[in-house]
Parts: sequence; C-alpha cells; structure tokens
Amino acid sequence: MLKVESVVKSFGGFKAVNGARLHVEKGEIVAVIGPNGAGKTTLFNLITGHLLPDSGRIRFKGRGIEGIAPHILCRKGISRSFQVVNIFPRLSVFENVQIAVLARERKTFRIFSPVRNMAAEEVHEILRNVGLYGERDVEGDLLSHGDQKVLEIAVALGGKPELLILDEPTAGMGPKETERCIRLIKKLSDESGLTILFCEHDIGLVFEIADRIMVMVRGGTVIQGRSEEVRRNREVQEAYLGEAGEC
Amino acid sequence: MKWKYVTPLLLLAALAAAPQFLPRFHTYILAIVLLTGLLATSLNLAIGFGGIYQFHHAVFYGVGAYGTALVLTRTQLPAPVGLMAGPVAAAALSLVMGVICVRLSKLYFGMLQISLGSLVWATVYRWYSFTGGDNGIPGVPVPGWIASSESAYYYTLAVTTLSMLALYRIVGSPFGKVLQGIRDNPVRSDAIGIDVKAHKLTALVIAGFFGGVAGSLFVVIDTSVFPDMMFWTYSLEVLIMCLLGGMYTFFGPLVGSSILVLLRTYVSIHIPYWHLCLGIILTLVIVFLPEGVLGYAARRFRPKEGRLA
Repeated sequence: MLKVESVVKSFGGFKAVNGARLHVEKGEIVAVIGPNGAGKTTLFNLITGHLLPDSGRIRFKGRGIEGIAPHILCRKGISRSFQVVNIFPRLSVFENVQIAVLARERKTFRIFSPVRNMAAEEVHEILRNVGLYGERDVEGDLLSHGDQKVLEIAVALGGKPELLILDEPTAGMGPKETERCIRLIKKLSDESGLTILFCEHDIGLVFEIADRIMVMVRGGTVIQGRSEEVRRNREVQEAYLGEAGEC
Repeated sequence: MKWKYVTPLLLLAALAAAPQFLPRFHTYILAIVLLTGLLATSLNLAIGFGGIYQFHHAVFYGVGAYGTALVLTRTQLPAPVGLMAGPVAAAALSLVMGVICVRLSKLYFGMLQISLGSLVWATVYRWYSFTGGDNGIPGVPVPGWIASSESAYYYTLAVTTLSMLALYRIVGSPFGKVLQGIRDNPVRSDAIGIDVKAHKLTALVIAGFFGGVAGSLFVVIDTSVFPDMMFWTYSLEVLIMCLLGGMYTFFGPLVGSSILVLLRTYVSIHIPYWHLCLGIILTLVIVFLPEGVLGYAARRFRPKEGRLA
C-alpha cells in the first residue's frame, strides 16, 4: 500500500532522512522506531506531503505522491496525527471531529445550511469508538493531555483514511493513558482493518502490537521486518536497543 | 430556546419605531450606527472568525460607496443596479486583492493588503475627472423611494438586518465552522483535507461584499462619498470596533461600532480631541476587557456557552 524508496531530505547541510526505505502492506500495523533525531518525524512529514523529498520515491497504492499537498493527500486516503498536540483548541470535541468529516464529504463550501447537526451520527460513532463521547461538548483546549492526543486520532479518523499515520501517539502520556492509547490502536486495526503506520519511543509497546517494525538510525533504514527478526539483529541491538536505558 | 429571539426582536422593534420619535439628526446617526455595525461585522468574518489579518477593510467600504455613487451620477442605469454595483465591485476587488495576498500569512498579509488598498485610495484621491479627487462626489442623486431621511433609514435598517442574518447563517454553516478551524489551526485543517487558501479567499470575498453593502448604504444615507472613507486610518477604526465589542462573538463588532460611532458623534461636540479619547478607550479595553465588551459579558453571564452570543 505504501512504499518509500531511498528517500533523502536535508536541511542545510544536515541530512535528516538519508536513504530511508519503508514498506507497508494493507491491514498491517507498522512501527517505526529509532533514537531521538533519527528522522522519524521528518519521514512522516515527507509521506504526508508537509515536506518535499530531495530525492527518492514515495508511492501510495502504486502512485508517486511526492510533492502533493497535504489536503489532497488526505482526500486520497492518508490521514495523520501529530507528535505535538494539534487540534482545534477553541472548538468542542464534537466540532473537532465534525470538521474532519465535513472536509471529507466536501461540504465545507456550503455557506447557508446550518452546521449544528450535520454528520452527527458518524461523529458520535467515532467518538464512542475512541471513548470521548462523554466529553463531546467540552472545548478541545480543556481536555487532559491524554484525551487531546486521543482526540488527535479521532480527528484523523474523521477523514475515513485507508492509511492512518500516527506520529508518537503516546508522547507525554502516563503509563495508564499509554496503555489505553495502544489498546485503541490495536482495536482500530482489528475492528476496521485500518492500515496503521506509527512511531513510538516505548519499545515494549511496539513489540506488543506492531506486525512489522522498521528501525531508523541517522536518517537511514537499518532493518525492516517482523519483531523477532528485529530483536535478533545485531546492528539494532548496538544502535538502539543497547541504549534503551536512556529512553 | 425561544428566549434567545426575544432580545433581537425587541431591538428590531425599537429600531423600527425610532424615526417616529427621534429628530432627523439622530435618525441619521442611528442609520450610520447600523451600517457601520454591518461594516465591522463583515470585517469580523475575516479577522475574528477567519483569523485573516484584514487590515484594510475600509477599501471595500469605500469601493462599495464609490461604485454605487458613480453608477448613480454618471450613468442612466436604473437605481437598483447602482445600489448593487457597489457591493459587487467591492467583492471583485476583494477577490483580486485576495488572490495576491492570500499566499502570505498573518502580518505579511496585512501589510500587503494595506499597500494595495492604499493604491486604490491614491487612485481615487487623484483621479479628479472620474472620482472627483479629494472633493469626492457630493449630492449623489438617490432615487425617490429612498430619498427622504425616513425612507433612507428604513432602507438601511432592512438591508442591514438581511445582511446580518446572512452573515449569521454563514458563521453557523459548515463553511463558517471550517473557517474557525482554519483560524485556530491552519496546519491541521490542511491535514484533514481542507483547502485553506480557497476557504480564506471565499471568506475575503464575502467580507468584501458586505463591506461594499455598508458603503452603498452610506451613499443612500449621506448622498455623498469622499476618499477619506477608504483611508487606512479608517480601517484601523473599524478594527478597533471589532476589538472593543469582542472579536470572538458574532454581535460584538455591532456593539463596538455602536459605542464608537455614538462616542465620536457626541464627544466631539464637547471635546475637540476625539482621537485622544479613542486611544484611551482602546488602552482600557485591551487592559481590562481583552475579549471585548460582549466577549466579557458572555463569559460573565453565561460561562458555559456564549461563543456565538
């Protein structure tokens, strides 16, 4: 479904992503791990069209998608969440998701019909699914950090994506919230067959839910494979798992 | 649910009855309050709900007024065409300026808009043979059915009410909601499939159009136009009206413009330093009521809701 081939992106003289490879099949949960500054977020930004690669190919369903604007990519079926909470702070939880649904249905240029109950059923469905239904009338700003990160995912789901990209979904969460979030990711994959690509610092969790794991170090791909393969790989142990203590 | 209609309806009834009790001058001032309220509300669609730094909104007000005045004085076209020509011209200008400015963000947008708007102002100010230059166009022949001060007032009241209703619906529509989303978080809006520039441009054209409607109403009320209407300092004054009333509420700008127009009218009778008063008021508002008069009231009396007070 998604294929990234030897992609390079540099900022000034620094090569943030340097020949990374990534392969995601339909229905899989794929995790990208790597130390801080390995280029995970940059790689995601390249995939979702927020950055343009210097060279290399990115294909989604067989078609090159480099340089396509994020809002177009979203319509093609790629939704994402962000590492730093990135919601609509002055809008309610309901409205946050509603906007995403309306954007997908291309109803955002209707200027005279009342928005109040539009797409309400689908929005409620999504909110029940992620467990934010009870908070639907709360302003996004007032949610706890953990709930805001879940709302992030809910907003991304509003676009009914085929491929859901989550940039550190559990960043800044406590152990309890993290577990809830991971269970949510698993549930989305199991129940709706959603293809999920995410990156994460907590390696234990990654091994728990990911079908396949890609390890990134200094902008390049060290290995991509099933968790046992990755665990056995010496280079990975040296480059990353060995330093796990610092995480 | 029904109670929320009571205040606006009472207000409308009072406004409809007003000319029967008020002397002519005050009827005139009330009409100016109404059309200035519409002007500020139209600006607020862009700046308050869209987060677009529309720093030179008065240009659309001025072009709306000049468009109407020029058609009425220089052509034989029927009057309704003239009354519509202003707003349409303002919307067209807004589209052209918007296409140029919309790729810039925040302050850069505002600065470029001030430059382009000032260009329009300079053209109007200098083009004596067409626009009358710094004299403007006095004595615009307004058609008979809105020529008397009373009928002009009722015309203004009707058009303002309809325009405000239209803007209210726009703010409460999917488009309006998305616009607020773009204001809060353009990056995320883009990521969920919203064409941010296209929505901003649409908002600018709508704001320009209703700014033009206000300008056209001014011609009906005052039967004259002058280049100062679109000088950039007036844009600033309209912006202050939005700040004063509350940018995140729908009716805030209307409240703000009422306060400013009335103060300007009655304070300048007694004190020659109107701008000094304006400065003091603005300082006080920014320090004590950062959300504006209506924003403060909404928080104070309805802490839970009141976003769209």
